[in-house]
Amino acid sequence: MSSAPILEVTDLVVEYAAPQGQVGAVDHVSFDLAPGEFLGVVGESGCGKSTLLFAIAQLLSPPAAITGGAVHFKGRNLVGLTDKMLAASRWQDLSVVMQSAMNAFNPVKTIGAQFKDAIKAHQKWSKDKIRERSAEVLRLVGIDPIHVKSYPHQLSGGMRQRAMIAMALLFTPELIIMDEPTSALDVVAQRSLMVQIKELQAELGFAVIFVTHDMSLVSHFSDRLAVMYAGQIAEIGATRAVFDSPAHPYSKGLLDAFPSIRGPRVHMTGIPGNPPALLNPPPGCRFAPRCPVVLPRCHDTPPELYPVRDVLVRCLLHENVKGGAHV
Amino acid sequence: MSETDTRVPLLRTEKLTRHFTIGNLFSRTNLHAVDDADLVIHEREIVALAGESGSGKSTIARLLAMVYKPTAGEIYFRDKPLSSLRSRTDVLGYRSEVPMVFQDPFASLNPAHRISHGIMRTLKLHRRELDAAGRQAEAERVLTEVGLTPAGEVLNKYPYEFSGGQRQRVGFAQALAAKPKLILADEPVSMLDVSIRIGLLNLMAELREKEGVSLLYITHDIASARYVSDRLVIMYAGQIVETGATEDVLHNPKHPYTQLLLSAVPDPRAPLRVTAQTDRGEPPKVINPTPGCRFRSRCPLAIDICERVDPQPRLLGINHSAACHVATADPNTPKVAVGATEQDGHE
Repeated sequence: MSSAPILEVTDLVVEYAAPQGQVGAVDHVSFDLAPGEFLGVVGESGCGKSTLLFAIAQLLSPPAAITGGAVHFKGRNLVGLTDKMLAASRWQDLSVVMQSAMNAFNPVKTIGAQFKDAIKAHQKWSKDKIRERSAEVLRLVGIDPIHVKSYPHQLSGGMRQRAMIAMALLFTPELIIMDEPTSALDVVAQRSLMVQIKELQAELGFAVIFVTHDMSLVSHFSDRLAVMYAGQIAEIGATRAVFDSPAHPYSKGLLDAFPSIRGPRVHMTGIPGNPPALLNPPPGCRFAPRCPVVLPRCHDTPPELYPVRDVLVRCLLHENVKGGAHV
Repeated sequence: MSETDTRVPLLRTEKLTRHFTIGNLFSRTNLHAVDDADLVIHEREIVALAGESGSGKSTIARLLAMVYKPTAGEIYFRDKPLSSLRSRTDVLGYRSEVPMVFQDPFASLNPAHRISHGIMRTLKLHRRELDAAGRQAEAERVLTEVGLTPAGEVLNKYPYEFSGGQRQRVGFAQALAAKPKLILADEPVSMLDVSIRIGLLNLMAELREKEGVSLLYITHDIASARYVSDRLVIMYAGQIVETGATEDVLHNPKHPYTQLLLSAVPDPRAPLRVTAQTDRGEPPKVINPTPGCRFRSRCPLAIDICERVDPQPRLLGINHSAACHVATADPNTPKVAVGATEQDGHE
């Protein structure tokens, strides 16, 4: 992807104010996103992945706040803009599909009425145009437009999730941020939704940031993958590269924690221990206390992101590997 | 498992059925949560019950735990029908042998009580023979068994001091305190992070080895079901559609629904293949169902008879059965009348 990135996140820091001090939920995260790219963000609960999304969409509310870094969307830094200034971008260029989208609809209003609310907040469209566009986006996601008049409870879980995505498509944005949109769905519905997102993306060309705790889910769908651990990016690179030869011990452990339905049945161990409390993160590598290949200096030297082949890895094991040399 | 199983199963259900009446006086409908389920669990066996949400798998767990009464059918525990349990002592006795571990580790432990509370209550209720010192020793033993050490300190802690995975271990310790024969584990790992799920699954396998318990592992995650279970039971829309040895079902799925389910399981190790399955159907809510296969509207193989007749479980391989009119049997499957094979079919 050679075109200018649509989104540039630089050194983003998000902190929650807690009685005991500042908790760094997102710690100096940087990445670019090209137009039409699909970036998967995976990690365990509490790793900061949802906070990162909220920070990109400027949806954080106290006690969380961006305390450093920038988010350039189409060349404009969104950090520090007021709601009024953001309104021009929101929903039109950048939309968000929330976690448990199934319950994100207002239960006492029809799907169509909620679409209308979203449109009216950003554009002065005629009634006909609103109706037309609402039907159009529903058709796009494979729902009969008759459901414009349906209430959320009349749709199944998968359909509600699709309707939520339809709503995000109202203005054909260039970036859609998705926070575990499939987590409440069954595997069959989940897969069909993923396939659909991919199809829509091919058709409409929007970029996607897709956050999930289920690494296997994005394995076949994302172009690039970022693995987060304790507020930091542990590894980022082409999805297949990360899956085929995970360079960070955490990504490797995460990948090895998925039993497979194919191949021989092997005994697995998972990753012993728990993620660190972010109030007082370990001074060195944050994964050091759980790491199976830990070195003595890992406990006091915080690792940077080092290039290994074509991925970036936050692990001292790869410190001396010079980037690009053996691509 | 042996060729022809003549053992008395630990637990067996016969045409187990549970309906719920929904709606009000004027629009009453019948939701068929579970219909005609025949399930067999042997001693020291881990059986996985898998299906989508709403397929009735949790209802089966609650029926087995005597939370619900069956609408029809019977549950036999060591060949004794549960409906014959009359006295409170009998019911308590059964419950201590068949305890349940719940899905949500954050809701299933009382935050105001120490860890000792739940375990001690179980011991006082179900293990009358123990004195105070015996209870303390037993509580420490079960906590050590599930990997929570030092057990003496753990007993005096509060739930908030533990992570989700550790709390779920407390849940298993409570179940163990009752000296169970069969633990009903309803989605015990689905709320946990991926990196600690495996630890719990390993624990389940260890409990079988060390304590000799059987487990009914209820899950929507086929991959984890494969990891721990001996036998796999697949449910769809309130009915058991396929049962067999786990590897048989996975490598040679008979029912079209099982095939669909397996094709949808994401597998990072599999080669890239996005276009494989794009079924957009969803399981039906089974309200006042008409006869006929409940999967027929999504089924690529559906024929005439599927519209009219409920498919019954048929033996299609060695100890491998599916409820499908179309599925074909393995070559050398013994031909036996369906009714007679019902039990062996679930072995």
